[in-house]
Amino acid sequence: MSAPTAPIEPGSTTAAPASSAPDTADRGQGGVELSSVTKRFGDTVAVDDLTLSVASGEFFSMLGPSGSGKTTVLRLIAGFEEVTSGTIAIAGTDVTQAAPFDRTVNTVFQDYALFPHMTIAENVAYGLRVRKVGKAEQQQRVAAALEQVRLSHVADRLPHQLSGGQRQRIALARALILQPRVLLLDEPLGALDKQLREQMQIELKQIQREVGITFIFVTHDQEEALTLSDRIAVFNNGRVEQVGTPREVYEYPQTAFVAGFLGISNLIDAAHAERLTGVAKAISVRPERVRLMDARTEPAAHESCIDGTIVETVYTGPTTRYIVDTADGLRVIAERHNDHAPSDTAPYHRGDAVRAVWVTEHAAVVP
Amino acid sequence: MLRLTRGTKVAFGVIVAIVLLFLYAPLFLVIINSFNVAPIANWPIRGFTLDWWVRAFQNEALWAAVQNSVIVAAGAMVFALILGTLAAFALQRFEFFGKHTVNLLIVLPIALPGVVTGVAFSNSFNNVLEPVGIQVGYFGMIIAHATFCIVMVFNNVFARLRRMNPSMQEASMDLGASLWQTFRLVTFPQFRTAFVAGGLLAFALSFDEIVVTIFTAPAGVETLPLWMFNQMARPNEATQVNVIATVLILLSFIPVYISQRLTRAEEEER
Repeated sequence: MSAPTAPIEPGSTTAAPASSAPDTADRGQGGVELSSVTKRFGDTVAVDDLTLSVASGEFFSMLGPSGSGKTTVLRLIAGFEEVTSGTIAIAGTDVTQAAPFDRTVNTVFQDYALFPHMTIAENVAYGLRVRKVGKAEQQQRVAAALEQVRLSHVADRLPHQLSGGQRQRIALARALILQPRVLLLDEPLGALDKQLREQMQIELKQIQREVGITFIFVTHDQEEALTLSDRIAVFNNGRVEQVGTPREVYEYPQTAFVAGFLGISNLIDAAHAERLTGVAKAISVRPERVRLMDARTEPAAHESCIDGTIVETVYTGPTTRYIVDTADGLRVIAERHNDHAPSDTAPYHRGDAVRAVWVTEHAAVVP
Repeated sequence: MLRLTRGTKVAFGVIVAIVLLFLYAPLFLVIINSFNVAPIANWPIRGFTLDWWVRAFQNEALWAAVQNSVIVAAGAMVFALILGTLAAFALQRFEFFGKHTVNLLIVLPIALPGVVTGVAFSNSFNNVLEPVGIQVGYFGMIIAHATFCIVMVFNNVFARLRRMNPSMQEASMDLGASLWQTFRLVTFPQFRTAFVAGGLLAFALSFDEIVVTIFTAPAGVETLPLWMFNQMARPNEATQVNVIATVLILLSFIPVYISQRLTRAEEEER
């Protein structure tokens, strides 16, 4: 362990969610407010005293591992589950007691839930049909909705004749045709393979921009959440650990859980951090911010460093990860872009003694 | 695919042929004998006649029996469809105290020997209800049949509901459909084939039921099986039974055909 430089202020927690607080002025159009919402299933607390506010027109992701309560929150907003306590308001109207069919939200289900006995056109028209919209208007709006997801040519087919990606887009068209104020999406891309998923992510983002309504998106895929969202709420054990923009939750994780769940993080506990920074607070530094140097090279004044041995190198294509263990049991991962000539091999190898270095203020203090 | 040797294939072929022969030769005998000149069945038949067919179609007791059977079977089927479907929904969708007991009690009548059901109903009708002035009559027979017909509908609908994706109903309500619209447009179409198949089975089960009928039919009322059973006992009249049996064999192709069509349509949808 190298000698720390003078006590400094590593990272910054000033980018608090306050800077990105939802714009309350237009919440009436399609904002969603949850106040002290609790949901219990028997003895299990699925959602624990949750207060959350989603602004109108926002692409809001609820991210967390399975069982963290994110899907339950979505189902509470949709009205499929009743809250145990607390209130839910959509577009400024309290809907806590309202039935699903009385809420101005629509849902895209994880398994799409297309009606297997109806054609694609009938599926998309369903919401209009039960609202007794005229046949001519139905046809015209269905045509427009299918156009929007570029699937006009499958109108007369049955759901089972479509591919997964097509079904996903039909589920989207069926929900959007009712022009809801809020669209709820329950892991809508989970069943698609990686390439299709990335393509659909871009498409979703474009559609959201086009229609301009609030999207509340449930996912367990941190990359997906970072890619798509205006803001992310990170769920764990029925509680929200942190709410913020993708950059805020990634760069300034407020809890160890958030640091670990979003990407790879080098979490340095308070005891080790004190020796580095002089402050007994855990810090988190991302692998891409950690450089490796020869163990004899002195770091600059604004840098922190830890000495150790490379125990593993992982080639991922665009990057190479070096896993460094220190003598006192700390593990640090450094990631290096493979921007050198393709024929060059890695500059460091397993067993090399190295010094892991980062700019001190690039590390975030985890409160 | 499983590969079989030539010898095994031949052996299987022979077994299948024997089984089919045992199944269908007696039926064939019945059909042929409906055209037999002789008043009792024999082989080969003594001569060809349509006389029994004419006599059967002019037999008023027979037509009355057919009518009774249709009414009882239809009645039992309607009861079974309504109660069986409701029970299937209750037991599939909801948790409540005594759920497993209720499940058992619904399925039990099909396992109960008909003679027990018959005695039980006969006792209840004749020794309990009648003394207090309640004449169940014809209706009692329908109720007795319905007890074991419910299971047919219940089992079919229950199995289908279990396979049904619950988010389908949520999607329907999410899109603004009321509970009734959801049932009519989404839920019912998805268990319709099970509903129809259960109804057909219930009808068939009641239509050929004889044991419970013997105990519960009001005096002087004959269903078709009961008429056939009694007819067999009358000398020189048994051949009319062959005529009816032939008609029933032909009619029974209809529900089999329908149920196979339904199943195939179902498989294509998946």
